[in-house]
Amino acid sequence: MPVNRPLAAKKTHIDRIIDEDYGLTRLIYAYAACASYWLVFGSILGEYLGIRFAFPDFGVHPWLSFGRLRPAHTNVVFWGWASLGMIALALYVVPRTSQRKLYNERLAWVSLGMINISVFAGVVLLMNGVSNGGQEYREFIWPVMGLFVVALLLLTYTLFQTVAKRIIPEIYISNWYIMAAFLWTIVLAVTAYLPWYQYGLSETVIQGYYMHMGVGMWFTPMVLGLTYYFLPKLLNKPIYSYSLGVLAFWTQMVFYSLIGAHHFVFSPIPWWLQTVAIIFSVGMFIPLVAGTGNFLLTMRGSEGTIARSYSLPFIFVGVIFYFLASGQGTFEAFRSLNRIWHFTNFTIAHSHMTMYGFVSFLIWGGTYGLLPRLTGREPRHVLVGVHFWFALVGILIYGFSLMIGGTEQGENWISGAPFIDSVKVLSSYWLWRAIGGSLMLLSHLIFAYNVHAMGPQAAAKVAA
Amino acid sequence: MNLNFHENHRLLYGTVFFGFVVLTVIIAIGPALWVQDHNRPLQRSRPLTEQEQRGLDIYVSEGCLYCHSQQVRPLDVDSPFGRPSAPGDYARLKPQDLWRMTPGLLGTERTGPDLSDVAARQSSATWNYIHLFEPRAVVKDSVMQAYAWMFEIKASPGPDDIVVPVPPDYAPPGGHVVATQKAKDLIAYLLSLKQVPIPGSTTETAQPRGGGAGTTSEMGARIYASRCAGCHGQYGGGTPGVFPPLKGDPVVTAPDPSRHIATVLFGLRGKTINGVSYAVAMPAHKSLLSDAEIAAVINHERTSWGNNAPAVTSEDVEKIRKEGKEGSD
Ligand code: HEM
Ligand code: HEM
Repeated sequence: MPVNRPLAAKKTHIDRIIDEDYGLTRLIYAYAACASYWLVFGSILGEYLGIRFAFPDFGVHPWLSFGRLRPAHTNVVFWGWASLGMIALALYVVPRTSQRKLYNERLAWVSLGMINISVFAGVVLLMNGVSNGGQEYREFIWPVMGLFVVALLLLTYTLFQTVAKRIIPEIYISNWYIMAAFLWTIVLAVTAYLPWYQYGLSETVIQGYYMHMGVGMWFTPMVLGLTYYFLPKLLNKPIYSYSLGVLAFWTQMVFYSLIGAHHFVFSPIPWWLQTVAIIFSVGMFIPLVAGTGNFLLTMRGSEGTIARSYSLPFIFVGVIFYFLASGQGTFEAFRSLNRIWHFTNFTIAHSHMTMYGFVSFLIWGGTYGLLPRLTGREPRHVLVGVHFWFALVGILIYGFSLMIGGTEQGENWISGAPFIDSVKVLSSYWLWRAIGGSLMLLSHLIFAYNVHAMGPQAAAKVAA
Repeated sequence: MNLNFHENHRLLYGTVFFGFVVLTVIIAIGPALWVQDHNRPLQRSRPLTEQEQRGLDIYVSEGCLYCHSQQVRPLDVDSPFGRPSAPGDYARLKPQDLWRMTPGLLGTERTGPDLSDVAARQSSATWNYIHLFEPRAVVKDSVMQAYAWMFEIKASPGPDDIVVPVPPDYAPPGGHVVATQKAKDLIAYLLSLKQVPIPGSTTETAQPRGGGAGTTSEMGARIYASRCAGCHGQYGGGTPGVFPPLKGDPVVTAPDPSRHIATVLFGLRGKTINGVSYAVAMPAHKSLLSDAEIAAVINHERTSWGNNAPAVTSEDVEKIRKEGKEGSD
């Protein structure tokens, strides 16, 4: 198809199917497809919430109320979209790098069902006003989250056995990150849901830990681990430095664990806990620089390959956002800046630059890198390009409008103006957020379509 | 035994798992237990009533806390919201029931104002009902969700019904707006949100809280915005038919300030102004604001929006405070 595309380098086609395991392919596709549906659903909720800021009387049914749908949005994109999207890729990477079949496919199917039921039930309950207590990302009541955790346990078992029965002696670095993410998240969720040490303000101590470890010990190590596989694989060269990856791993584990309290700077939780959190937030630069540096140095000299690939640009953007948005997080933790930014929309910008610019882009990169090689079905390159640009421009608009708006909001409070002025200050930025959000939502519809186009059933039909 | 992390999966994953468990105990469970051990409710606080507790449940399930914090930081910028929060403020919170855990009320975002001490700022139940039914009826630029479904429209309300005097522009056709039990519980909870003093601290006595830094005229404007504008309008225009305008009001523009001062100090109910009778009570501010603050906000009202009445001093306020309600009325 020799179309003249002045804006985009012509993308290379994949040359071969790398895996013939049809059962595993179906499993991975099922995870990726479910993830893409949750992404579309979650971003419809997000876009709706965003529009509500401009038209607050838009939808007055209790099910459509802001306070019920906001946790629905966050939990759907966390547990439905990003989690399933990452697990889909992990189910490939772990067996592949262990050079062994996935230990138990059936358990993985059961887990998929359980996660879907858990997210679905959680959303229905939230829409009916059943919330665990209003703390971010633990709004699902324990039976619902329990189901999710059991699913993680089954997956952990399956993946652990796969690694344990590996043929090669080395445990590839990806499997450090991926398995650790599963183990950490199980500890994290159990800690977060046991009630005995969570009376009064203690609940907030645990919330800081949970909220940050959710992003720092689940999403972050998972996508980093996946990238340690996909980046070298897609570039067809080894990772720049294996030991940098190991250094980043241990520092990530120790430093990230200790910084949860930075979500509650200036709050009445013990001051020393906040100080520890701030200090180690600075320490986070070590794994951050080690990780990003490693990826960027691996990419060095392969600019052409990246430009010709349709999956690598996603990974490139994800790595850049990893650096910028996590670095941004460190600055938010400083008392002097927290004073301006805390409680403002700057936080919302940060959440999306990380969970979207970093985590979601890396999942997309991996998905586009993997699925066609499993099924032999490629998405239309133009549509992947549209997905890429809409998502990128969308998140940049979203992020920058709320970073500026959030800063103005914080300064407006400090100026001592009446509170309602800070709401008025934000109104135009909220409009920009809705515009960026629309682009993002559109890109997700295209992504879901692309996943469908890469699906194995279609391939089977063609073959028949 | 192979002590190489790169080759021994049991060693690697065991370290990762138990290492994280240890870190969790150090940074989360340990501190949480410590905080819990040291948590005492503040002396002058009281447990929520049954109705307020139901209101708190609604507050959580409706997700009010995504936009409203209940956490005043020890920073100047937070001073309009009350005194800095202390651990004791949250000490009575506990798991709601078998299914749901301790509500996390501190919040991480402040799309709307902090509510730790909101009952001191907005003590009028009527204002709260109107605001809950349709926030824009009292705060034009609000982006808060309207909770109209917590109200019923009744053609002829019964004697026990709480009828909400919604301003004409926002009143639904075909009847009166009547609060359901949900609305009553939620408002009861909101009206319970009043900070109690921390024993031994200076906040025991009424001290300037509305203002923060700045000149007295800035302080007056700030107090007006946070405590008066909800009912009387940001530009003194009032809320038609429900709360009177202050712009051009006979008491506010009178050369003798004593009635103006008395109204702010002791509140007012059932007055007819310029032919309109206002059924809703104005709350008293004598225990909420100091003399200097009351003087500042009164002067703001007397000199804004075209009003041009002589200023008052905190001594004037002090005098009328001493005379008490009877003396001035
Ligand atoms: C169409 C795309 C999206 C739009 C328009 C959107 C919009 C929103 C809105 C309006 C909020 C509430 C902000 C507030 O309360 O002030 C929100 C919160 C949030 N969203 Fe999204 N969102 C989108 C996609 C996503 C995706 C894909 C993710 C994650 C992968 C995500 C993660 C979050 C998180 C973590 C929060 C909570 C932020 C915080 O409390 O700091 N969003 N989003
Ligand atoms: C060096 C690494 C990071 C640091 C030091 C950091 C720091 C922070 C801080 C201080 C806040 C709270 C801001 C406030 O409430 O004022 C925050 C919020 C948040 N961060 Fe990060 N961040 C880092 C990386 C990440 C990563 C990698 C992710 C996602 C994978 C992430 C996701 C979030 C989310 C979702 C929130 C919003 C939670 C909330 O509602 O408060 N962060 N971060």
